[in-house]
Amino acid sequence: MHFKFWGVRGSIPAPGPKTVHYGGNTTCIEVRGENNELLILDGGTGIFPLGQSLVPEFPLKVHIFITHTHWDHIQGLPMFLPIFVPGNEVTIHGAADPITQRDIGEVLARQMEYAYFPVREAELNASMSYLNIQEGQSVQVGGVNVRSMLLNHPVLNFGYRLECEGKVFVFTGDHEWPYNIYNKDDPDYPDYQQMVDEQRIRVVEFFRNADVLVIDTAYTDAEYPSRKGWGHGTFASSIEAAREAGVKRVFLTHHEPTRSDADLEAAFDEARKSHDVGRERDPQFELAREGVMVEI
Amino acid sequence: MAIDATEVPDLVERMPAFPQGVTKVLDLASRPDCAPKALVQVIEHDPVMTMKVLKLVNSAYFGLSRPINSINHGVVYVGINTIKNLALSIAAIGMLPKSNKAGLDMNQFLAHSLGVASVAKLLATHLGVPDKDATDFFVAGLLHDFGKVVLAQFKPEEFRHCLDQAAEQERSLHEVELESHGISHDEIGGRLAEAWKLPTALAHAIHHHHHPEHGAEDGGDGMCEAVFAANQIVRSLGFGDAGNPLIAEFPPLVSERFGNDLSGLMSVLGDLSGEMEKARLFTQL
Repeated sequence: MHFKFWGVRGSIPAPGPKTVHYGGNTTCIEVRGENNELLILDGGTGIFPLGQSLVPEFPLKVHIFITHTHWDHIQGLPMFLPIFVPGNEVTIHGAADPITQRDIGEVLARQMEYAYFPVREAELNASMSYLNIQEGQSVQVGGVNVRSMLLNHPVLNFGYRLECEGKVFVFTGDHEWPYNIYNKDDPDYPDYQQMVDEQRIRVVEFFRNADVLVIDTAYTDAEYPSRKGWGHGTFASSIEAAREAGVKRVFLTHHEPTRSDADLEAAFDEARKSHDVGRERDPQFELAREGVMVEI
Repeated sequence: MAIDATEVPDLVERMPAFPQGVTKVLDLASRPDCAPKALVQVIEHDPVMTMKVLKLVNSAYFGLSRPINSINHGVVYVGINTIKNLALSIAAIGMLPKSNKAGLDMNQFLAHSLGVASVAKLLATHLGVPDKDATDFFVAGLLHDFGKVVLAQFKPEEFRHCLDQAAEQERSLHEVELESHGISHDEIGGRLAEAWKLPTALAHAIHHHHHPEHGAEDGGDGMCEAVFAANQIVRSLGFGDAGNPLIAEFPPLVSERFGNDLSGLMSVLGDLSGEMEKARLFTQL
């Protein structure tokens, strides 16, 4: 199994000279199984250049797993070249909207409505199918098994655990570790804390012994207090969880759109120092960078 | 009354919540700094919102590996923003009218439900149930009479007839319902909870709150018995009113569970006016 980052930016694309090293596209990861099965995690703006690169493989079969339907994870989908070309088979997996009870296909079709996009979903030439994901469900794509787990974000967000021939790749999508909504002196505090602790154990198990974990690490520890509840992780939370789960290699992603390459490296350096990264048996921590391909 | 229990889930989808809950949710959700715990508190004091949130988080949409008993539990799993938007979508349906053709006073009904919820939770603690599970007793107490809201909304004339008969003849409301129409509010609520895949113990406690001997599980933690007892205690206190004029004595199962009869248990619990006052606060607009 190998994978390539096509977008590592969070929230909104951030092109320009200050982000040219790590890249300005929003979330998109290409994963290949041992038999070259094609899986794509999220359709942020990074899926546009990915789509261009796939032309030599037409007609192709691709499974796109959407972690959640916030813009930075779906914005590139209408410009994903394979959906316009007859003979391609595109299957999109993702969460239904529990509030409006729309399935993933309806949710995504809305961003191709008249007011937003010139081509309607119904006009796409590829064979399109949509499958709602449920927690704990496993989907088999060739030799790659994809398991899902709900991870905390202001909308339903599925983390995906991909396994292929004994290798494990985990992507969180956007994720903030659940925290106690009560104050310590509230009567509900201890019970809520127990639920939070149990959920943490479940999530860490989901990451357990991954060869690669790609994890939402949007904020520095200093930034977090004013962004609590926005649905993203921090350097501290990612480092701790990866250690706890016995992960081998960790890519920190969802870089802040306002963060320049230099600022991103400075934040990472500071986190490494303050959390003593590199100590014995530590996972290997890296910043996710657009264009980087990794063999697992 | 020709009520088809299989139609009830669809009817309830379109059922609004209590005015107290709706007003507070709209107010809280309009504030950018809305504290998650404040929102949870509003939802967990409204039987309709609680039922609908539990329905969603236990539905196939989530396929969660274990049943979810409480709003807090739901928040940990699906996140506060999803719960908030769900509450808003319920609020958008409108509000239950304060009075209805059935003649069930919804403020008094809410007071009764909240009173039973509070006392059921107290009884859980009394039985040595761990704090985290005592919340489930609160939920069961809150939802035990849910079937009555369904009847008042969707079969008001038939339900009014039952309320009148029960009052005139001083008979138990659920028996009148059963005799008149072949189904009673406890079964309607219970079947709804089952159809929506709410936790089994909760569904049983709702379904069998007049006959705990049918729902109590061997080795269970006593939720059915606690809801039965709390229901009688709150009526004995004259707190709220859900249309049943009778106070039932404890059947042997319930007496055994608490080691007391109704009056004995009430003496053990002591003064409940503080609890009732807290419950009353949530009935105010």
